[in-house]
Amino acid sequence: MEEIRDVVLEYVIEEYLEDEDEEINYETPLISGGIVDSFSMVSLKRFLEAQYKISIPDEKASPEAFDTVNSITALVKEFTS
Amino acid sequence: MSFNEKIRAMYVEQIEGIKDAGIFKQERFIHSAQDADIEVEFPTGSSLKKVINMCANNYLGLSSHPEVVKAAHEGLDTRGYGMSSVRFICGTQDIHQELERKVTEFLGTEDTILFPSCMDANAGVFEAILTDEDIMISDRLVHASIIDGIRLCSAMHDTFKHSNMIHLEKKLLLHADKRLKVVITDGVFSMDGDTAKLDEMAELCEKYDAMLFVDDSHATGFIGKTGRGTHEKYGVFGKIDIITTTFGKALGGASGGCVSGRKELVELCRQKARPYLFSNTIAPVVVSGVLKVLDILSASTERRDKLEKNTAYWRKGLTEAGFVLKDGDTPIVPVMLFNAKLSQNISNDLYDEGIYAIGFFFPVVAKGQARIRTQISAGHEIHHLDKALSAFTKVGRKYDILGKTKQEIIEMYGL
Repeated sequence: MEEIRDVVLEYVIEEYLEDEDEEINYETPLISGGIVDSFSMVSLKRFLEAQYKISIPDEKASPEAFDTVNSITALVKEFTS
Repeated sequence: MSFNEKIRAMYVEQIEGIKDAGIFKQERFIHSAQDADIEVEFPTGSSLKKVINMCANNYLGLSSHPEVVKAAHEGLDTRGYGMSSVRFICGTQDIHQELERKVTEFLGTEDTILFPSCMDANAGVFEAILTDEDIMISDRLVHASIIDGIRLCSAMHDTFKHSNMIHLEKKLLLHADKRLKVVITDGVFSMDGDTAKLDEMAELCEKYDAMLFVDDSHATGFIGKTGRGTHEKYGVFGKIDIITTTFGKALGGASGGCVSGRKELVELCRQKARPYLFSNTIAPVVVSGVLKVLDILSASTERRDKLEKNTAYWRKGLTEAGFVLKDGDTPIVPVMLFNAKLSQNISNDLYDEGIYAIGFFFPVVAKGQARIRTQISAGHEIHHLDKALSAFTKVGRKYDILGKTKQEIIEMYGL
């Protein structure tokens, strides 16, 4: 769990943060907080699928499920276990 | 009938919310033709004020050019006022086809299709040429009309960080399995005035078998040595698969736009693009004006050369006065103020000094990036620019921001 969480956090930081001063944690709201727009979710979904060799159905890839690093991690875990 | 008081109250509340957020937009009425010198009624009901226009997209000063006006009159006399039909029923005249041919030649593409606006071109093009097997990869700062077009298309969508070629390459690799890939960018970004690195983008697109799409609305007519656009500036003339652009800015400034590029893509737009199929095209009077504009620009680079000189003069003047500017060499010159209220106050003070320049702030630009976006025109003479420079300096001194760094301005006024 820890490992997935950190991989996701690192990806989100590298992919979406523009300003080096911004800081996010496992519970920072990403989509509802305006850090990730719902358009950009696609690359995160594709990254997770490639990284963990899983397939996340579109209906599961909701903005709510992708809203925090913790919720994303839970989603990944659901498909890897 | 069912627009009852409850419903009205709901909308009133929504409008009040816009006002409370400080993003309520108000029009200013211009009582003269569009030009460097205009007469404006603002606030509504006040007497007319003569001001210098520093915020029009009238880059080449052709909006009220006598030859363009004359050509429009002739078009009105010979081809009438309206078409009362969409293109494929009985709404296409010989001059529409002539304009498509001339735009193709000017942009160095294979074919062109006219749209009622570039907004419509961007809204219709992606849905016409892509399916859910494909991917659109766009710069994060592309124009709102492109975002709407992307939303209307069933293809997958991803973004890359603004002008970041390393990130773009990562995305091309991530989506390598898709049937078709389209990389999407503005040629000149309208808020910052910077240009897309089209040479590097074209190279990446070639490497990863992706098509390249450029919206050159803020470039056609004046960017590049002969004003053909951003692709000319970066030495990739003839290599862009899809260019969209507008006739509503440098090219006379009336209205209309187009998709220009590979002939098969243009043909698919003709068959499938909804804003083309279900709306009248550009009115004959406007088509006639744009044809004259293209004749003027093809005959001489005088106007874009003057624009380039004016831009250099303006940038140098503002820099010497001590303003913080966004780097660049296009006629879009943003004066950075960072704080939204400061940008509004300075815009109002400039107006009092006879200078019309608008402040932009969130959500039009990112939070903490408020600015006055100035736009230079070939219609400006040095005396216009000198007067504007002296007004900017006077107002800048009032707010004590001259010679201050970004950090110092933020410390004084906040974000």
